[in-house]
Amino acid sequence: MTIHLTFSDWLALLAQFMLLSVMSVSGAIGTVPDMHRFLVDRQGWLSDLQFNACVTIAQASPGPNTLFVALMGWNVGLNAGGGLAAGPHAWLLGVLGLVVTMVGILLPSSLITYNAARWGQRNRHWRSVRAFKQGMAPLVIGLLMATGWILVRNGADVHRPWGVWVVALISALLVWRTRIHLLWLLGAGAVAGALGLV
Amino acid sequence: MTASHSPPAGTHPAGPATVCPASLTELFLAFNWMALQGFGGVLTVVQREVVERRRWMTPEEFIEEWAVAQVMPGPNVINLGLMLGDRFFGWRGAVTALLGLLTVPLVLVMFLGLVYGRFQHLPQVAGALRAMSAVAAGMIMATALKLLPALRRHPLGIPFAAAIAIGSFVAIALVRVPLLAVLLGIGGLACCLTWRKLAP
Repeated sequence: MTIHLTFSDWLALLAQFMLLSVMSVSGAIGTVPDMHRFLVDRQGWLSDLQFNACVTIAQASPGPNTLFVALMGWNVGLNAGGGLAAGPHAWLLGVLGLVVTMVGILLPSSLITYNAARWGQRNRHWRSVRAFKQGMAPLVIGLLMATGWILVRNGADVHRPWGVWVVALISALLVWRTRIHLLWLLGAGAVAGALGLV
Repeated sequence: MTASHSPPAGTHPAGPATVCPASLTELFLAFNWMALQGFGGVLTVVQREVVERRRWMTPEEFIEEWAVAQVMPGPNVINLGLMLGDRFFGWRGAVTALLGLLTVPLVLVMFLGLVYGRFQHLPQVAGALRAMSAVAAGMIMATALKLLPALRRHPLGIPFAAAIAIGSFVAIALVRVPLLAVLLGIGGLACCLTWRKLAP
């Protein structure tokens, strides 16, 4: 897909990710629903397929899964430049998108954490510090659950919507109940999907 | 492999003594190595490396720091890296840990993204990715399920804590309320109620 981004669109992208960064108490993955609302539903800068691919590729790759944000920025930039095949101009925009989204998602939260962690460590026995830590715990769990849910729903095939739900359920049960290596699950999923079973 | 780091002589394996990384380079390589081992969940890897292998922290310190890293905005592994790096080398350590966690994995993920982009039009690739996406979503839900036992000793009691978790799930996933509203509304309420329950 090809889109057109103005300077103020780039600023909006940076501002949106900086805002999400401040709100990402359950990690960047907890802000996936909001990223979807912004990038796919509202702005139309990424297709549903591209959006889900970013999250999945980052999940299948080693390292902090926050890197899906880099892929989103890269793809927004590529779309703005007319796609990967459009040449160095598009690649440069892709790198710009990558830098914009990564700086956006990391800078505010890192600054907050860096300073707040020092302060919190000094005052960890305060009632308000404990109330914040413990009060947020159930919310963090609910947000993680919602993130998984939305990823399944967005990935569902129109013709066979139940397929992905079954796969997600099996995956969730196995990861929850066993110590199976996550790569086996991703590999098995890839094979089942390539064979057209999902 | 950088993981074959052994504690210096004079520190007993079972003792509480911790060691410091010798240099920024060691810090960078250590976090790089942890990031490269972590597929999906990096917590297990970080605990094993930082506490058991390198002994930069005691288990108690690790749990406390992890709680802060978890609650603060931002990815929790990156937060923990920032906090650890800062403890040993100040802000330069924080930046070094951050770069250690991100640089090589970033190159890898971009490479995977490019490979995918080249083959995305094949129906097999689309099918594989759809299934992998569902597997990844299941992993995230499993992480939520694994954290549930942490609510057992919640100051608000199990039913109320569960109600907050379910309420925030319904608000985000089913009603599609924006995250900020949920954080301020449900989160604010939960923190206030917890504050009242905690002994002054």
